[in-house]
Amino acid sequence: MNNMGEIVLSVRDFGVEIPTRQGILRPVDGLSLDIARGKILGVVGESGAGKSMTGNAVIGLLDPPAHVAGGEIWLNGKRIDNLNRERMRKIRGKEIGMVFQDPLTSLNPLLPIGDQLVETIMEHLPVDKKQAMEKAVAALDEVGIPAAAQRIGSYPHEFSGGMRQRVVIALALCAEPSLVIADEPTTALDVSVQAQIISLLKRMCKERGTAIMLITHDMGVIAETADEVAVMYAGRMVELGPVRDVLTSPTHPYTQGLMASTPLAAKGNKRLNQIEGAMPRLDNLPQGCAFHPRCSIAKDKCKINPAPGMDLNEGRAACWFADGTKQ
Amino acid sequence: MRDMVKVEKLCREFDVSPPWLNRVIEGKSKAILHAVNDVSFNIKKNSVYALVGESGSGKSTIGKIVVGLLPPTSGSVEIDGVDLFHERDKSKLNSTRSGIQMIFQDPYASLNPRWKVGGIIVEPVEARGGNTKGLAEKLLEQVGLSALDVNKYPHEFSGGQRQRICIARALAAEPNLIVCDEPTSALDVSVQAQVLNLMSDLREEFKLTYLFISHDLTIVQHMADVVGVLYLGRLIEEAPRDILFGSPKHPYTQMLLEAAPKLDGFGREVAPPKGEIPDPINPPSGCAYHPRCPIATDKCKAERPEMTMKDKTRVACFFA
Amino acid sequence: MRGFSFTNTISRAWKSDFMWSFRRTPVAIVSFFVAMILILGAVFAPLFAPYNPFDPATLNLMNGFSQPMVPNQFTGDSFWLGADDQGRDVFSTILYGLRISLFVGFAAVAFAMVLGVTLGLVAGYVGGWIGALIMRIADVQLTFPGILVAMLVFGIAKGFTPIEQRDEMAIWVLVIAIGLSEWVQFARVVRGATMVEKNKEYVQAAHLNGRRPISIMVRHILPNVLGPVLVIATISLALAIIAEATLSFLGVGAPPTQPSLGTLIRIGQGFMFSGEWWILLFPAVTLLTLALSVNLLGDWLRDVLNPKLR
Repeated sequence: MNNMGEIVLSVRDFGVEIPTRQGILRPVDGLSLDIARGKILGVVGESGAGKSMTGNAVIGLLDPPAHVAGGEIWLNGKRIDNLNRERMRKIRGKEIGMVFQDPLTSLNPLLPIGDQLVETIMEHLPVDKKQAMEKAVAALDEVGIPAAAQRIGSYPHEFSGGMRQRVVIALALCAEPSLVIADEPTTALDVSVQAQIISLLKRMCKERGTAIMLITHDMGVIAETADEVAVMYAGRMVELGPVRDVLTSPTHPYTQGLMASTPLAAKGNKRLNQIEGAMPRLDNLPQGCAFHPRCSIAKDKCKINPAPGMDLNEGRAACWFADGTKQ
Repeated sequence: MRDMVKVEKLCREFDVSPPWLNRVIEGKSKAILHAVNDVSFNIKKNSVYALVGESGSGKSTIGKIVVGLLPPTSGSVEIDGVDLFHERDKSKLNSTRSGIQMIFQDPYASLNPRWKVGGIIVEPVEARGGNTKGLAEKLLEQVGLSALDVNKYPHEFSGGQRQRICIARALAAEPNLIVCDEPTSALDVSVQAQVLNLMSDLREEFKLTYLFISHDLTIVQHMADVVGVLYLGRLIEEAPRDILFGSPKHPYTQMLLEAAPKLDGFGREVAPPKGEIPDPINPPSGCAYHPRCPIATDKCKAERPEMTMKDKTRVACFFA
Repeated sequence: MRGFSFTNTISRAWKSDFMWSFRRTPVAIVSFFVAMILILGAVFAPLFAPYNPFDPATLNLMNGFSQPMVPNQFTGDSFWLGADDQGRDVFSTILYGLRISLFVGFAAVAFAMVLGVTLGLVAGYVGGWIGALIMRIADVQLTFPGILVAMLVFGIAKGFTPIEQRDEMAIWVLVIAIGLSEWVQFARVVRGATMVEKNKEYVQAAHLNGRRPISIMVRHILPNVLGPVLVIATISLALAIIAEATLSFLGVGAPPTQPSLGTLIRIGQGFMFSGEWWILLFPAVTLLTLALSVNLLGDWLRDVLNPKLR
């Protein structure tokens, strides 16, 4: 992990807590990861795994009462998890761009897209209005909006879903951030449009050296897009590694089960491998390793002790038996 | 094998024009959306027929017509020899209809939150006045839940368990045909496998026929015997599963298969597909796919290709 | 482990979100208890009231205009809240007046609810011209103030009832008049909720299984639209009580033989400037307390049952 070049985002032992009247829930716990310049880290997991919460926490957009509970987040060598709202707002947009699942949530329906781009550019870059306009057209052009100069006065509803997501990407990238958090950016889109958006994200990442945190539940998207992948389960990261290694020879029993249960893995009409049960709810996490009730190799030790933490430099999986032994 | 379902020249239009007064003031004409256009296909007994397509392809509309929730504008649907929309004999129609069930996409909206699970499951029988004693318990165990769950409410179950309850409800009617409209798209991968396996098992056990509607090619490849591909309300290719996935003939099918993310496609660079799905209210002339098609010619702009048999594939393309 | 336990159910209900919010909202607790005291006082008025104000045998004109807590100079009788011009105990008349007010309120809301929910369900589920017709009637009615509608109904009904039955019928006419002026709220909300519910997949499933529209409306949709109905019912109750008081105050409501709080206020205001303030003040304060507590309870219910409105 250390030989990957310049680290843009570094998260260490990070946690999020939500106080409720049943007790404190921990949707994210003990999370550590790095993303290097020009790399795409896929964060994958099922619903409730805490992947979106992780993305929101990094950009400082947790909905109260959820709050950061320990750990550190470093962006380009600066610690950002303890900044106040105003400082964090400046960083969002300037240094971190965001792309969400529903493009309409990121766009103001009452403003032409050009105005929104110009506003963002002028807030974060030292340019005058004319230069900002030129930059906005260039940004739209770059994300593949045909006739960008003419469409700059259009409102969000005049674009199709795929085109809107391109506008959002242009908006996320117009201030030239070093990190982009993309939360399920293609989930609401059709297959053919999804392929376009993925290819766009990859190109941006390569050409500009932007680091991308790609949050998705789709293993196929991860396989084609990410350099590294972090697998999350019940708020904890259970496996982290180069995408090819994790997907072709997973170490953690959950990742193994997940890979085996995708229909692509089962060729022909054979039965799919299935993991019994469902992800536990946060207010009802099992003791020990959260995966043990569904795990096929769980032993007594898994029921008592939480899974071992991950050493970013060595172990890939948070499992007592990650080294291949079965005792 | 006999055909369980015969869909002939099915069309369905929706009037999507603005209200009358607005039309007069703005001087606009009526807008008609052809959601389903001249679609014909047959489903063999005890087989799985999958309809794939992107948004606006009309796949869900076809599903709703086949189960009888929507009447077609023209065309016919024949189930087990009974024409659903032209049969005069009420009792024959009723017994045919009771043999058609549906599994919906959203397991949170498809169960009445105020009803107990036991009541939900036996509804198809109860609504037609049948005997429901012990039925819910039996069905719950058949779909892998506990007979003790009859007195619980839907909110006490996870998404996957709710989908099992939906399946149990469908089974209560002792159906021949089950229309599954994106049955697993709201579920997580590991839970999706459980539901798909259950559906396969039940198909064997009860000799069921499925009409499987999905946008997810990987699931279709796993479940289907025959696959029909829809584009803008028209069937453009139909073939047995292995033939369709092995050698797709229509350029649209080829593009779909190419664009779908592959689990082993590490760092794969796909040439991104051209263009987007056109506005279904004003579809392109000729072959609706021609503006995005890499091999389209002037003929494709002017003339719409009919479905023709090529080997074991039915395809609507001049160059297939 | 499936045994049904009563204490268990109670403790579950106590821990539910609903009760949790109740316990944490002082306004709700206070309003609830104030409303309960007033309602219980009205229901058990014969037990609590020191006098029966409508039994002429117990009335003594000499007690007229007795001041609160001061023994009467002629008879030596003492009244907590004083006595009116006829020598009736104000406290007792308030308790009995509350009975009439609350009865009219509850009955009117029940009538408005049945009418509004039914029409709303039909308008939302059937739609088409039937739905449009129902909602246009509702719109037209909304343009008239509720009191005006009630007075109109009251006037028309009065014309049809024989004179000797008028006093008896007055209460029922009030119920119908107020009910008719308040059904629109229920109809609008239920129609909106029905239109959301009817497109949900569980309704399609029921349709598919051969259920008739009536059965779908009653068994499937109705239970799912009752939440907001409960909120409106509570707020309408406060409005109905005030509407009743207003009508009675104007002299078109409860007759003096069966005085409601509004009738009492009307009687009392005649003595306002002659110094007998208690005849007006105490019924007025009671009415204010009742309407306010019910209204605050309704506001809290709305917040709990519909977090989006907060």
